[in-house]
Amino acid sequence: MKSPIDKIKQLFNTTPLLAWLLGWLAAALTEYFIGDAVSYYLGLPRIPVLFGCLLALKKPLLIPGATGYFLLIYLLPFFLVARLCRRPANYLASLLARGPVSLAAIIHLALFYLALHIWADISDYRLLLLKLTMVAVMLTLSLNVINGYMGEFSCSHPGFMALGAYTASTVTLRLFADDKLFGAPLLSPALGPYLFPLALICGGIVAALGAVVIAIPSFRTRGDYLAIISLAFLFIVKSLIENLEFVGGPRGMSSQPDYAGLPMVFLGMVSCVWIINNFVCSTMGKALCAVRDNETAAEAMTVNTGKTKIVTFMFGAFWAGVAGGLFAHIIRYVNPGSFGIQRLAEILAMLYFGGLNSVTGSIIGAVSINILSEALRPLELFKWIIIPLLLIMVMLFRPTGLVSFTEFKAEKLMRPRG
Amino acid sequence: MALLRVDNMTHFFGGLRAVHNYNLVLEPGHIVGLIGPNGAGKTTVFNLITGIHTPTSGNIELSGHNLIGRRPHETAALGLGRTFQNLLLWRHMNVLEHVKTACYSQLEYGLFGAFFGTPKRHREEKRITAKALHLLETFEVSEFRDRLVTNLPYGVQRRVEMARAMATNPKVLFLDEPTAGMTPDELNRMIAIIRDIHKQFEVAILLIEHRLKFVMELCERIQTLVFGEIIAEGAPEEIRNNPQVIEAYLGREDVT
Repeated sequence: MKSPIDKIKQLFNTTPLLAWLLGWLAAALTEYFIGDAVSYYLGLPRIPVLFGCLLALKKPLLIPGATGYFLLIYLLPFFLVARLCRRPANYLASLLARGPVSLAAIIHLALFYLALHIWADISDYRLLLLKLTMVAVMLTLSLNVINGYMGEFSCSHPGFMALGAYTASTVTLRLFADDKLFGAPLLSPALGPYLFPLALICGGIVAALGAVVIAIPSFRTRGDYLAIISLAFLFIVKSLIENLEFVGGPRGMSSQPDYAGLPMVFLGMVSCVWIINNFVCSTMGKALCAVRDNETAAEAMTVNTGKTKIVTFMFGAFWAGVAGGLFAHIIRYVNPGSFGIQRLAEILAMLYFGGLNSVTGSIIGAVSINILSEALRPLELFKWIIIPLLLIMVMLFRPTGLVSFTEFKAEKLMRPRG
Repeated sequence: MALLRVDNMTHFFGGLRAVHNYNLVLEPGHIVGLIGPNGAGKTTVFNLITGIHTPTSGNIELSGHNLIGRRPHETAALGLGRTFQNLLLWRHMNVLEHVKTACYSQLEYGLFGAFFGTPKRHREEKRITAKALHLLETFEVSEFRDRLVTNLPYGVQRRVEMARAMATNPKVLFLDEPTAGMTPDELNRMIAIIRDIHKQFEVAILLIEHRLKFVMELCERIQTLVFGEIIAEGAPEEIRNNPQVIEAYLGREDVT
């Protein structure tokens, strides 16, 4: 006779990722079609936007209703469909495992995106939350390349983000929008959505150039110098933007064209994760870890440490710039205030919570801190006690973060089980 | 023609003369020992030749290439492999990754390949993995391939470090006290391994060592360094009976 815990364990061990994604899709579809009716019968004012967390914390009387909704709409379809699809999904996964990894990855990602899209369709709040979470994943991951894999402590990520945000905004406003700062568009606005990735890349490149400015003086030695110089850089960028009337000064820039839809942001995040993961898994990425663990030995083993460090720093800054560009077009407003020390603290918290030196860790850290800080919003002041306490607990019990020093392997994640 | 040739190399650390007029001619396939009391400048000689420090004056040539002013990664790529006295291993990396990373300069793909995972990169990664696995076998550390180096016994760590040095395709191997802290068992194994790689890879070796038995057994020629100067050089037998060497090691016999 098996205990229920064993049964659940077995369920997790034998169900492939594909089936879980189908379950998640089923939950999203259930909510899409009968969410309104169910929330009405459970006495909820409308569909709870964030798994009922916000509602339950705001009005404790609604806790039973919110819980019921969660069980009925999310948990039940999720596990039911995952369980039912286990066999066919395993068969499909074993078929996919024989083909190229890219094909399997595209199919999984498409399913994942479909479910997210349906889920986000319910409310604009969810859409915004999802987009910002994806941007946070990009920021955390790119900082992980510098602080985790390279082992330096960089504080200038919001600065790179600002460079990217302002560059991308300037490009799109100048080229595709009729704006009060820049006047009539230079190109047809119809081209805008297609050329938007190029604007993002421009932002990334400017951020990477900013990184060179820091790298040249600070990489001569190891230690705290990079932290100090990069912090100074953050403030320089901020006050530079505040004093440049050309980009709106302290008032900031607004009415960026609405190019950053969910598909665009999702694509940005996926390519960020994909490219960074490719890099850190290659021998060049390992050389980076070698530089971190012992630079003398790395140098003696033919690794060009100077070049490696500068290229990696620029690489991290590039993705921060791209994330900044996306951020500007999601909020459709940027001002220097959004790229200050507060943002730095946020990114660092997500990074160290999730785990150094691990792509999985960065994703987990960014998603969990983001969702958690939204879910606890009704607690107001207590939110700022609970989240820091959580961070302290993680630092005490897992000093390098939740999931650290692991490799993210797509094949392993998508493999058939059972 | 000599493989590695060092002429009149002198180095000052500020006002301290660490190495004075050091000369070395290393023929292909030879094993030369470098002995001397603590602080004599043996490791400094290694650091000067491999480019960690640039000598104040002198000349270093490796099969026709001038090595003065080259960074350590360049001299390493040209064929100077080395191990370190106090084991400089990478503590977050496993054994296989150590050996693969040392193939860095032999990688034929660039940043583009690293970012986008091109077919060429997969071929290259496969090639160096095969090479690394072969080296792990040579040094008898295959069973530890997926273990973090920090969790391995000391003798195994030494062998991993040597496998890593051999992965750079060295023409000259610098071994800085390869038997420091080893048990007699591990010592004998190390002698066998050094003999083996010397034969198998046809590599010339320059080694620093304190255990005279070990040096005498392995080396064809021995240099004795005292206060940065060579006071004696020759075959093991000559060194063993050289009064200056005995004095440097044991002190002067003052009989009045």
